[in-house]
Amino acid sequence: MRLGLISDIHSNQLALEAVLARCGALRVEQLIVLGDLVGYGPDPEAVVQRMMALAASGALVLMGNHDEAIGRPTANMNDVALAAINWTRPRLSDASRQFLSQLPLTHRRDDMLFVHADASAPGRWNYVTDTASAHVSLAATDAQLTVCGHVHQPQLYCYTATAKVIHHQPSMDIAIPLAPQRRWLAVIGAVGQPRDGNPSAGFAVLDTAAREITFKRAPYDTEAAAERVRAAGLPERLAVRLLTGH
Amino acid sequence: MAKTRLESGSTLDGFVIGDLVHRGGMAHLWQVSRPGDATQMLMKIPVLHEGEDPAAIVSFEMEQMIMPRLKGPHVPRHIANGDFATQPYIVMERLDGETLLPQLDALPLPAETVAKLGAKIADALAALHAQGVVHLDLKPSNIMFRQNGDAVLIDFGLAHHRDLPDLMQEEFRLPYGTAPYMAPEQVMGVRNDYRSDLFALGCLMYFFATGTRPFGDPQKLKGLKQRLWQDPVPPRKLQPDIPPWFQEIVLRCLEVRAGRRHPSAAQLAHDLRNPDQVTLTARAGKLTQDGFFAVLKRKGEPPSSLIDKPPADEAELSDAPIVAVALNLDDLTPELSDKLRRTASRILERSPQARLACLNVQKLNRLAMDSSLDEEGNNKHVQRLVGLKDWAQGLKLEQGRITFHVLEAIDPAETILDYARQNNVDHILMGARENSTMRKILGSVSGKVAAEAPCSVTVVRNRQLTEE
Repeated sequence: MRLGLISDIHSNQLALEAVLARCGALRVEQLIVLGDLVGYGPDPEAVVQRMMALAASGALVLMGNHDEAIGRPTANMNDVALAAINWTRPRLSDASRQFLSQLPLTHRRDDMLFVHADASAPGRWNYVTDTASAHVSLAATDAQLTVCGHVHQPQLYCYTATAKVIHHQPSMDIAIPLAPQRRWLAVIGAVGQPRDGNPSAGFAVLDTAAREITFKRAPYDTEAAAERVRAAGLPERLAVRLLTGH
Repeated sequence: MAKTRLESGSTLDGFVIGDLVHRGGMAHLWQVSRPGDATQMLMKIPVLHEGEDPAAIVSFEMEQMIMPRLKGPHVPRHIANGDFATQPYIVMERLDGETLLPQLDALPLPAETVAKLGAKIADALAALHAQGVVHLDLKPSNIMFRQNGDAVLIDFGLAHHRDLPDLMQEEFRLPYGTAPYMAPEQVMGVRNDYRSDLFALGCLMYFFATGTRPFGDPQKLKGLKQRLWQDPVPPRKLQPDIPPWFQEIVLRCLEVRAGRRHPSAAQLAHDLRNPDQVTLTARAGKLTQDGFFAVLKRKGEPPSSLIDKPPADEAELSDAPIVAVALNLDDLTPELSDKLRRTASRILERSPQARLACLNVQKLNRLAMDSSLDEEGNNKHVQRLVGLKDWAQGLKLEQGRITFHVLEAIDPAETILDYARQNNVDHILMGARENSTMRKILGSVSGKVAAEAPCSVTVVRNRQLTEE
């Protein structure tokens, strides 16, 4: 089965639609959404409505820390993120808020675990940013493959025969075999706010039969997306980020 | 993991097991076949014992990952992988003939023979490196030849692929490789420098031309590290009839700092094929090893300071292209000559490791190919060389980055194309014929080259002034 892995949409409708179009062209059979539907971006209601429709037709949608923060005003966040959440909250319909509050933190399927952040404590939203934090997450599960987001930079970690963690910086559009006798942790890049220097929307495709993961990018009109951030009156920093990918 | 007992006549995943062809320490090789498929095939089965070095498993996994991704004549064609859950194996094309290993009995071989062999192997390395793979275990038993002479590299169990997770990296404390051929940076644990393969090829050529291994066959890490500070005995000391150009090439391959070796396997192959164009340095004339104090000083340095870092964009060779400029000296206006030079200059400025080969194709007259013209022909050859060098003056390139070749041909376009194919040229630069009447009569050489070249082609033309 071909799974489309997407994460950190952050209310960026243009980026989301570009990724969904690419997933369609790549014959993705099911979407796995690893959380952070909202926050930072200008189109929260449109994005959540789209996600509700996708969920109704079979997509799996998980909760991220920004989604949680909608229903929990005391969330621990930096100023810009908090300002964006406070801007977002009144712009969501009751149905959307309800949808976000009910999202699960994790999903286990066969030997795969899907989660927004560090799998050892899904609700604490720790970042997997290096081999040490990857080790913590990998040690907490027996899943052969863990897939998460949250970091906004695509990464791949492998848990080796000698209990060490190897980091691999994935190249785009290269199918990487996930050897079944190893355990793997894939960090999917962000759809709506990439931070690896490439402003195109990030996602990945997992072929469960071939056991191969391919990291991908979908280019979209970042100028228009940045304009929408500005028009919404959100902090300028959030507009610039979309243009630079930093 | 379940282990299947394999024997001749049994079947595994549709492959009929034939004879056991090779019983190695790490793997066994079986001749296999598939009903309705005439391909000669080999099945490689890892030898895995309980509690044994996990390196054997990891290396087989790496080979299973890398082999299906390799293309071209310089690797065996991959056919199938067997799952670790049942019986791990790799099925690949079976090549006729032997590896280079039996040649060891015939050493030393003449330097010219070794250079020809080395150029073929360097071609194979260039093809491998272009696919983002460093072999890291180049040695006689891992090299075979196709009937057309193409070298084929086998055994990718220690290889590194730029785009795949490197399971060997950090997994094991000791460096893996084959002691006599291992590059200094590989001894230090670096696995992503394609120039490590050039060092291994240098070791092989040294061994084949002298009958002696440049660094012996140390069995311990301490002995392996020796090559970081102790340079080998110069080949010409061991075998005085080795020409200086050959020693120059081999000792350059054996430089401890990867940055001092050839910038690419293709450039090494080019040197091996053009001995008269090799720039001789102090390496060529060296007859003794470095002195006691020089070695002692290096020994006192931290080992990591003696080696170079891998290229930033690992295994990325586009920074060291071979650029060939084809000059038609009979039909070169000053304007076009200047424009070609400026175009070449721009390309070379962007790639400081680039090598420029200046070609002149001397057209042979189909009817006048008789020996009485030899004397005149020779003179003409020298004149062409002078013409090429004169053109290149303005580029102000240091020696070693530029070579000059006068080729003889009935069909100039075909000759330029052959040169590009044989020398792994990355970029051809040539001028368009000025006179359009001539072009109509003679056909366009640049047009044919551009259409059929195995690489990029830039055709330089002066802006035409339209005359009504």
